Amino acid sequence: MTGLKADLGLSRGGFTFGVVLSIDPGQTAALLGPNGAGKTTTVETLTGLAGLESGRIELNGRTLDDPNHKVFVPPEQRQIGVVFQDLVLFPHISALDNVAFGLRGRGLDRRVARQRAAEWLDRLGVGSLAGRRPADLSGGEAQRVALARALVIDPDLLLLDEPLSALDASTRVDLRRLLADHLAEFPGPSLVITHDPAEAFLLADVIHVIEDGAITQVGTADDIRLSPGTKYAADLAGLNLFEGSASDGTVMVGSHPLQTADTSADGDVVATIHPRAISVHRSHPEGSPRNTWETTVLRVEHYGDRVRLQLGAPLPLTAEVTPGAVDALRIEEGSVLWVSIKATEIEVQPQ
Amino acid sequence: MSRRRNPLGVVILAVIGLFFFTIPLIGLLARAPWSDLPDLLSSEIVLDALRLSLISSLGATALSALLGIPLGLMLARAEFPGRSVLRGLVLLPLVLPPVVAGTALLFALGRRGVIGEPINEVTGLVLPFSIWGVIIAAALVAMPFLVISVESAVRNLDPRFEGAAATLGAGKWRTLRAVTLPMIGPSLAAGLLLTWARAFGEFGATITFAGNLQGRTQTLPLAVFVALEQDRDTAIAISLVMVAISLSVLILLRDRWWRAR
Repeated sequence: MTGLKADLGLSRGGFTFGVVLSIDPGQTAALLGPNGAGKTTTVETLTGLAGLESGRIELNGRTLDDPNHKVFVPPEQRQIGVVFQDLVLFPHISALDNVAFGLRGRGLDRRVARQRAAEWLDRLGVGSLAGRRPADLSGGEAQRVALARALVIDPDLLLLDEPLSALDASTRVDLRRLLADHLAEFPGPSLVITHDPAEAFLLADVIHVIEDGAITQVGTADDIRLSPGTKYAADLAGLNLFEGSASDGTVMVGSHPLQTADTSADGDVVATIHPRAISVHRSHPEGSPRNTWETTVLRVEHYGDRVRLQLGAPLPLTAEVTPGAVDALRIEEGSVLWVSIKATEIEVQPQ
Repeated sequence: MSRRRNPLGVVILAVIGLFFFTIPLIGLLARAPWSDLPDLLSSEIVLDALRLSLISSLGATALSALLGIPLGLMLARAEFPGRSVLRGLVLLPLVLPPVVAGTALLFALGRRGVIGEPINEVTGLVLPFSIWGVIIAAALVAMPFLVISVESAVRNLDPRFEGAAATLGAGKWRTLRAVTLPMIGPSLAAGLLLTWARAFGEFGATITFAGNLQGRTQTLPLAVFVALEQDRDTAIAISLVMVAISLSVLILLRDRWWRAR
């Protein structure tokens, strides 16, 4: 097994799409990008639902699409397990038959196909729902059935398109754990396509950031968090980016002054503050931080072992704290908190 | 969902509309020769016509399924020049008087017809004045109902289901059989039902193209037409049979399919 090597080239009415992906067997890659960046096109070209205009797709040494040499393997011969966005479970047949569908297509007789499908439903904890139609399943249950349908065919490549976006927050945590387990077990290359950085950071070994039909950065979650290549990547990482004008170590962001340690910068600058560099307090903090102000918590987002706080006026900030801190400070949406940022934690770059 | 009441005016007009549909039935029921009914209906003419009507309407439905489903799929999915012309052609029998359709068939498939003559020379087959003629005439006017149901259903079907089937190893035929057709099932069933109902009631094209031969091409509607001239009681009796069959089929099958959805 040599994994996936894809160089995807396509143009669609003014939109030029050129994406290069390389995923090793056993590796999970994420394709992280905003809507309209080309995530759907990636799914379509990899599965063969759309053909390439240029480039090449090779999966485990087998060429799937190579327009230069007139090679095109149709989707039904590609052996790619897909969990589609919105799942696309067949509504007219049971969960069991949805899972057995791919096995029947590979020539297994009905009894054997159903037996193996039932085993997979059991493994994913939905064996008792085998007889139900998709319409009678909850979001999380349907997600498990869709995952079983993709895995049961023993695919060469596993593609998960926005696998958690349709789920509510509590189900999402469970499903993410389940997905992580199965991705770790899966021997082939897998690709998670998502617009949610938390999903990418938590599920993937390596992240490909896609913007406007092209990959703009490849790296681990830490690579992207610590040195985002583009403004989009910085936003994804929760990094706080402000445009302002600097003089004598003070950066004015609108009418809000930020005290920085950098006295050399002058004129238009970009100030960046890492979410973890922001401390929050119940009352006015004493001590060295030069930047302190009072603000309101707009949103509290749980990402596994970290919690992100979206803070409101006077300066919209994303802060990252531990669940313990949230409990200790009794932080919830609408809480009024004090923020403090050390001047040395604010990075200033000339624009 | 909250149920909203209709304005009184709408209710009144709807009741009048309902009356409009029931008056003909009332007329039929009021004049029905109830005591003679068993005798009238067991006559050879009526039994022949009933048999021919059932065979030809089911035959026309089968022919429509065979050709109309592919036509609907093509109109919905395939990109080709002249598609709107083709759609117009398929829908034409819906607006043309059936007698015109029958006349056209006669000149095309008749013994001296453009296509009918060579067919006759090669196979010896004469389409008009045979049960085949009845089936073809009925299919021509009834099939458009199936074509438009299939086309609109396939258009409304999310193509991602077929894409998903393809990634799961299903070729085009299996995708059609196991995904597309079952998913448009309710529309397909409704289209087949309408097609059958239209074929069962077909008159104009049939009498023009296939003639009115008892035991060969005389279906129930044709038998009513003939009886009306000679024996009104028989005409009423046959009409009642047609009403009973059509109404029970429409109520029973429609209800089942619509609820299943």
